[in-house]
Amino acid sequence: MINKIANSVAQALDGIKDGATIMIGGFGTAGIPNELIDGLIAHGAKDLTIVNNNAGNGEQGLAGLLKTGRVRKIICSFPRQTDSYVFDELYRSGKLELELVPQGNLSERIRAAGAGIGAFFTPTGYGTELAKGKETRLIDGKYYVLEYPIQGDVALIKAESGDRWGNLTYRMTARNFGPSMAMACKRTVASVHEIVELGALDPETIVTPAIFVSQIVKIPRQATQAGGFKKTA
Amino acid sequence: MSMSYTKRNKDQLAARIAQDIPEGAVVNLGIGQPTLVANHIPANREVLLHSENGMLGMGPAPAPGQEDYDLINAGKQPVTLLPGGSFFHHTDSFAMMRGGHLDICVLGAFQVSPQGDLANWHTGEADAIPAVGGAMDLAVGARQTWVMMDLLTKKGESKIVAQCSYPLTGIACVRRVYTDLATFECSPQGLRLIDKVDGLSHEELEKLVGLPIAA
Repeated sequence: MINKIANSVAQALDGIKDGATIMIGGFGTAGIPNELIDGLIAHGAKDLTIVNNNAGNGEQGLAGLLKTGRVRKIICSFPRQTDSYVFDELYRSGKLELELVPQGNLSERIRAAGAGIGAFFTPTGYGTELAKGKETRLIDGKYYVLEYPIQGDVALIKAESGDRWGNLTYRMTARNFGPSMAMACKRTVASVHEIVELGALDPETIVTPAIFVSQIVKIPRQATQAGGFKKTA
Repeated sequence: MSMSYTKRNKDQLAARIAQDIPEGAVVNLGIGQPTLVANHIPANREVLLHSENGMLGMGPAPAPGQEDYDLINAGKQPVTLLPGGSFFHHTDSFAMMRGGHLDICVLGAFQVSPQGDLANWHTGEADAIPAVGGAMDLAVGARQTWVMMDLLTKKGESKIVAQCSYPLTGIACVRRVYTDLATFECSPQGLRLIDKVDGLSHEELEKLVGLPIAA
């Protein structure tokens, strides 16, 4: 019987190796797998490359991971935040390598890895610092930059509901990078708020099919009185 | 002697931009000042707002206490979804930009050139933390990129410059520049005036910008 349900975060993250490239989903307060990031900190893997849209806020979550000094490089689009002081300090002191990527190129490079694309030409960034040294091509009157996929070892993403096969649905803008990251990594761990019986998810609404998911782990949600969900980042 | 003129305030500028957004347009409003444009779209005009983090048909901010932090805009503020709105993942969201499906995006800027080069992501200062987000994708992806900014810096220097000195976001990507003093069109031939505030002469405007402006 296929059963991708892990009993704990620690079990779900077991076996992550030093030097791994780890993709972490989330944008703003939505879709950040905070419990999985905490689990990664507890796990202790080091010399990591992290792929995320941002580079952490305050001292929790991704900022907390950076603070441990176990991250060698971060690939992201928008590290600067009012409270990104952990990243800022590491970056300015040269302890953390930054690969800054325009957000759409970041997302497409992740997707390309999952889709078996060797490289692609994109108009985004042409003629800018972020395309410096990259191959360019004039195609049908427009200039493009050659971008390569970003392959990952492990994706840590946050979804809404899952089943034992690993099918996933998401909630609102918490979907963001989840579906592409799930495709791009050798192993994908998703936190979900609800685990349902096989067949209970409407096949028409499954966003990430089981093939892209290795493990799911249930994390209770923090609801607010208004029916929304608490700010966790 | 020059006549006196009054600058457009931020809301007047936002209203001026909203006036040019046609019925049915799909629009992305950049973070910061451009967000204000949404407040000035006439109630009888149906415009689809796109948010880079995976939403089409974005609505206004929720009532206090109704915030849901799974439902946020690109500026990471809580928003609502209009009936008919949809969610999608990031790669699809940026395909909407890059694929030429967005009619208009409105962005802030540090500098714009008469040919439409845009600099809005990095000051290039040595200790600055660079951050680009979706600016480069939007600038080259939307069918029309409009800039919303003050014409002059706090020091009184024109932000429309012959050549951008800040790092570029995109080349020849800006179609229009809406400012507190005037609205311009960018083209390979240079700047053309669309409108200006009352009491400001063409000559004075050219002096402020320091570049020729076709009438």
